[in-house]
Amino acid sequence: MAEDGWRAEAAKTGRLAEGVRTYRMIAAMWIRSTMAYRASFVMTTVGNFAATALDFVAILLMFSQVDALGGYPLPEVAFLYGLSSVSFGLADLAIGSMDRLGRRVRDGTLDTLLVRPAPVLAQVAADRFGLRRLGRVTQGALVLGYALIELDLQWTPLKLVLMPVMVLGGAGIFCAVFVAGAAFQFVAQDASEVQNAFTYGGTTLLQYPPTIFAQDLVRGVTFVLPLAFVNWVPAAYVLGRPLPLGLPGWTAFASPLVAAVCCALAGVAWRTGLRSYRSTGS
Amino acid sequence: MDTAFIELDRVEKVFDVRKKTGFLKRERRQVRAVDSISFTVPRGEMVGYIGPNGAGKSTTIKMLTGILTPSGGRLRVAGIDPSRERSRLAHRIGVVFGQRTTLWWDLPLIDSYRLMHRMYRIPDGRYRENLDRLVELLELGELLDVPVRQLSLGQRMRGDIAAALLHDPEVLYLDEPTIGLDVVSKAKVREFLRELNTENGTTVLLTTHDLQDIEQLCSRVMVIDHGRMMYDGPLAGLHEAGESERVLVVDLERELPPIEAPPPARVVKVEGPRQWLAFPASASAAPLVARIAAEYPLVDLSVREPDIEAVIAKMYVERAATA
Ligand SMILES: Nc1ncnc2c1ncn2[C@@H]1O[C@H](COP(=O)(O)OP(=O)(O)O)[C@@H](O)[C@H]1O
Ligand SMILES: [Mg+2]
Repeated sequence: MAEDGWRAEAAKTGRLAEGVRTYRMIAAMWIRSTMAYRASFVMTTVGNFAATALDFVAILLMFSQVDALGGYPLPEVAFLYGLSSVSFGLADLAIGSMDRLGRRVRDGTLDTLLVRPAPVLAQVAADRFGLRRLGRVTQGALVLGYALIELDLQWTPLKLVLMPVMVLGGAGIFCAVFVAGAAFQFVAQDASEVQNAFTYGGTTLLQYPPTIFAQDLVRGVTFVLPLAFVNWVPAAYVLGRPLPLGLPGWTAFASPLVAAVCCALAGVAWRTGLRSYRSTGS
Repeated sequence: MDTAFIELDRVEKVFDVRKKTGFLKRERRQVRAVDSISFTVPRGEMVGYIGPNGAGKSTTIKMLTGILTPSGGRLRVAGIDPSRERSRLAHRIGVVFGQRTTLWWDLPLIDSYRLMHRMYRIPDGRYRENLDRLVELLELGELLDVPVRQLSLGQRMRGDIAAALLHDPEVLYLDEPTIGLDVVSKAKVREFLRELNTENGTTVLLTTHDLQDIEQLCSRVMVIDHGRMMYDGPLAGLHEAGESERVLVVDLERELPPIEAPPPARVVKVEGPRQWLAFPASASAAPLVARIAAEYPLVDLSVREPDIEAVIAKMYVERAATA
């Protein structure tokens, strides 16, 4: 019995296509199962919405005491907040389950993914795909909408183009952080807390203006872990403010490039992590 | 390739184990989980792989599936190097882990099967056919809509076995498939495996520490301990390899002093009129019985086959003494 046609077919498609196919298949299965319990879906989504909206409530409370944070009035802070929340929310929706990797390594269930003919990264990323995470995206989008109405922005074609570019670029950067964090969990299986510090911590940081933080922190978030390209840098351009750290103007458009580089690095980290797992078993 | 469908040549797996011995102090130690193991399995054979806990059974299975990369030696399954072409091999093998499920824990059983259908690109007709047959043989009909986490261990195991076979794998690995199962579930699983092997010709490699699995299923058995192969051959040969003994139980008319049997046979226990005599498993019982019947007032007698568990335990002890 040579390899049947249907088995050989899988070998023909590339790894990326195979990954996307796997991801969609598993995510679709979870969506279908979520939709079987509509009431529960609505409730968890509303819960997710409310829990994540508390962050904005905290900001509103601050503005009941002050008129500006680091020189940014409420609508501008809301702009940063909305961008950070939507970008992070999209990444969290897409691959937020990846922070469970350490647990999978510890309890050995990663082995069961390795015996299937599908890329492990896609299987881990799509696992427990949770539409309820749309709650965060929705509240972020509402805050962003509020900011856009309140702000009197001087729109130019470039600024209009930059809006979706920065949201997607930002989501890409956060995805890279999720993947790199998961890769780190191959080595340190209890590191999901460390990962959370960079993901959830990162998005909270970006909800506030860069001007309230120490320069060294801003430098780190720009050049080491380039979260600043999610919103700080491009948003400054849209708001007509000087870019943080005196960065040149073109860097406002660099988010997709930064995201691509980060994703490539995260991919290498993932491969390295998986290879080390396969030779150590843990 | 058919005579060496699975082929291991001096395969090794060494784990680097780092143990914390104090604050910031770590001790490095190497564990030879699999130590230069060689064997081949022809297509269609059903082989048992047994050994005590920590012997290296699971590690061997993980190398055969491509989960782990061997530290040394050569390994081929269906001509494929598992760790280098894991995904390609995955289409041709089925794997069942006794201690963990490959099914989606929170979803109904049927969802896992539907996903396998698409993930393995099983043609619709073939999938339907295989699913129907597996559901019937493994009695899964009632369970298809039940979330996996609500299944009993035995039900889950049957569900897992079906999942591993939907894509018609040429070889099925089972790592402790009967662990923790009740007697009825064990019997069902065994019967199914026997049928799978004889009807479909699927090659089966199963690890276990339950010797009944082997006795009831496998004509060939491999015994492994501390990562080393200690025995590879027919089940019957294990008795000789272990220099095991059978026991003749003799009931006499009355209490008597120990029977004077011709060596190496000897009395090992006396209890009233009943006496136990041990003699080599490879020798015939007939002369001994004849001799006793001629010289003693015999009421009844029976022969006890050696306890295979004791045989293996003895092998381990002897090997440890010579090592
Ligand atoms: N990932 C691992 N890291 C370190 N040591 C391991 C790992 N996996 C197994 N071992 C060690 O290798 C040996 C064999 O383990 P295993 O193959 O699981 O045995 P079995 O399945 O026969 O019980 C044991 O000593 C075990 O502690
Ligand atoms: Mg084991």
